[in-house]
Amino acid sequence: MRLSGISYRAGSELWLRDVDLSLAEGGINVLLGATLAGKTTLLRILAGLDRPSTGSIRKGESDLTGIAVRQRNVAMVYQQFINYPSLTVYENIASPLRVARKPAAHIEARVAQLAATLRLTPFLARYPAELSGGQQQRTALARALAKDAELLLLDEPLINLDYKLREELRAELKQLFADGHTTVVYATTEPLEALQLGGHTTLLAEGRVLQSGPTLEVFRRPATLEAARAFSDPPLNVIPAGMLADSVRIPATRTPASEIVLGIRAHEFSLAGAPGRAALSGKVELAEISGSETFIHLARDDVRLVAQVPGVHDLALNQLCTLYVRPASLYGFDRDGRLLFAPES
Amino acid sequence: MARIDLEDVGHRYAGATDSWALRPLTMTWNDGGAYALLGPSGCGKTTLLNIISGLITPTRGKVSFDGRDVTALAPEARNIAQVFQFPVVYDTMTVFDNLAFPLRNRGWDATRLRRRVEEVADILELRADLARRARALSADQKQKISLGRGLVRPDVAAVLFDEPLTVIDPHLKWLLRRKLKQIHQQLQLSLLYVTHDQTEALTFADQVVVMSEGEIVQVGTPQQLFETPAHRFVGHFIGSPGMNFLACEWSAGAATIGGVRLQTSSAREPPSGAALSIGVRPEYLELAPAPGPNRVPVRVAAIQDQGIHTMVQVEIGASLAWAKLRSPASAARSATTFAHLPPQRCALYADERRVP
Repeated sequence: MRLSGISYRAGSELWLRDVDLSLAEGGINVLLGATLAGKTTLLRILAGLDRPSTGSIRKGESDLTGIAVRQRNVAMVYQQFINYPSLTVYENIASPLRVARKPAAHIEARVAQLAATLRLTPFLARYPAELSGGQQQRTALARALAKDAELLLLDEPLINLDYKLREELRAELKQLFADGHTTVVYATTEPLEALQLGGHTTLLAEGRVLQSGPTLEVFRRPATLEAARAFSDPPLNVIPAGMLADSVRIPATRTPASEIVLGIRAHEFSLAGAPGRAALSGKVELAEISGSETFIHLARDDVRLVAQVPGVHDLALNQLCTLYVRPASLYGFDRDGRLLFAPES
Repeated sequence: MARIDLEDVGHRYAGATDSWALRPLTMTWNDGGAYALLGPSGCGKTTLLNIISGLITPTRGKVSFDGRDVTALAPEARNIAQVFQFPVVYDTMTVFDNLAFPLRNRGWDATRLRRRVEEVADILELRADLARRARALSADQKQKISLGRGLVRPDVAAVLFDEPLTVIDPHLKWLLRRKLKQIHQQLQLSLLYVTHDQTEALTFADQVVVMSEGEIVQVGTPQQLFETPAHRFVGHFIGSPGMNFLACEWSAGAATIGGVRLQTSSAREPPSGAALSIGVRPEYLELAPAPGPNRVPVRVAAIQDQGIHTMVQVEIGASLAWAKLRSPASAARSATTFAHLPPQRCALYADERRVP
């Protein structure tokens, strides 16, 4: 499926601007972006719920632009779980199969299989109101899967669930789609979720596509500073190259060093010095311990840094602290934010 | 600020005669502490918070603030501040007036009030916005005002937070979490924070209270919960992914997997008849190309390159386990045939409990 030149205008506001995008067929396509980046708008256009102001959606030779959702084989799951309140879990999952007039034996087998995959078997006789949030969302997912759609659109489907449940369902979903049968589009605000899902990732910001490609490639080679920022959690550390140029050699480019901006991902910092590593010192603003790791927030002049280092480190407020980084893990960007160099992977 | 004591406090919701939403418990919250209540939905953490705030009167037990019995008092009479999941802000008022509201209600004089509002605004980096109307602000700025309103009164017994960052984007969560932590260090308020998100709980609190099915299963520092979970639930719930539990046997005074004797940090013998497992965190499970002490044979089931980490899933005896490596995926592929369980980084679990 290919989207070309898609824009969407609501009143005086442009919600999507000139979006070009190809979906990897039979794979997971992650739409990653902050709230209001245009993820939901794009999903609704893909579903045929909204018609784009300009541009087209094509699949092979056929033009799908503006073709209503009912005439296409699409399923969508929203942030808020939507189920039929008056139907049992069994009937909720079975409903798309009944609409498609499948034989009774087929329906029974398919519902049993989906319920087993999504661990809903003990709850088939219950009504949605008698379920926990996680069980309700799994029911909504099972119903979407029962439709056996070519295109499955998931709009932050795990956001309203508990952290731990999210982690488990994410792994299950990934397995579920591994057979390559369904093209999945998965919208999220969380970079780590994109990394765990893998597949392809499209970075969206303010209605524009920043970058699109295989998830790890986009993560490791962001084309711009904006893309690198959008795909970093904790936030990307950004410093002028001059801050390090005295201690290490940064890769040579045609751009003078004074105009280069360096990007450092938080997990690349270490508290241990070693030959060849660049050193950055500052005052500790905060040390957050997350169990296995410590997030160190450092202030140096008006630059703020975050390091994610393994182990537990109790650092006092305002204490002087030095972070080390391998020159090979640096990103370089020019004045306009274009990537100059990236770590080799 | 106050010390809060719960004495044999338990709660059943009307109609639920046979099940406790909160099983009777006794616990003290120290003055000036930063606590998190962590657990999945339905574990009783919000019930516990509401009992402390006075929104719920417990079915049994006594709640005291600094020794004074407040069990029957309404929330307004308890001198607490609360911050909720969604920002509660007066849109038509300025940021200043929003922050000043709780102080004006208590008759503060103008000079003292201005000083306090500015102090809180400085910490939250809202100083430049004080004259703006709240309506014009973004969602995270509004939540900052909510936080500020909760924090502005220096004399509250405690500030209670109910999932205050759930609706905030990841980038801003970092900022607000940092702010909260700084506020605790600067203002020395007693803070109680309810969340299902382990990162929020562990980074925010000095003491984390982990709850499951209406019960407190462990209270500890983030490090204790991570390194020495007292209960399998804590091992599973804290950490991403949670702790691995490898089914094992007990023979001739040692834990064994497939006949290999393994040392753990547990000094005592497990009770006989209990289901035994060895708990080891994915961060501490090491992969090795050759046999050695405390190494068991493995088969690699899956390798996932997740950019920051490489996740390797291995079969160990009858169990599946994850190893979380900081090295690139290529390192894991080369001839992994054994897993090393560092003795001080793993422990024996009998049924659900850690063997000391």
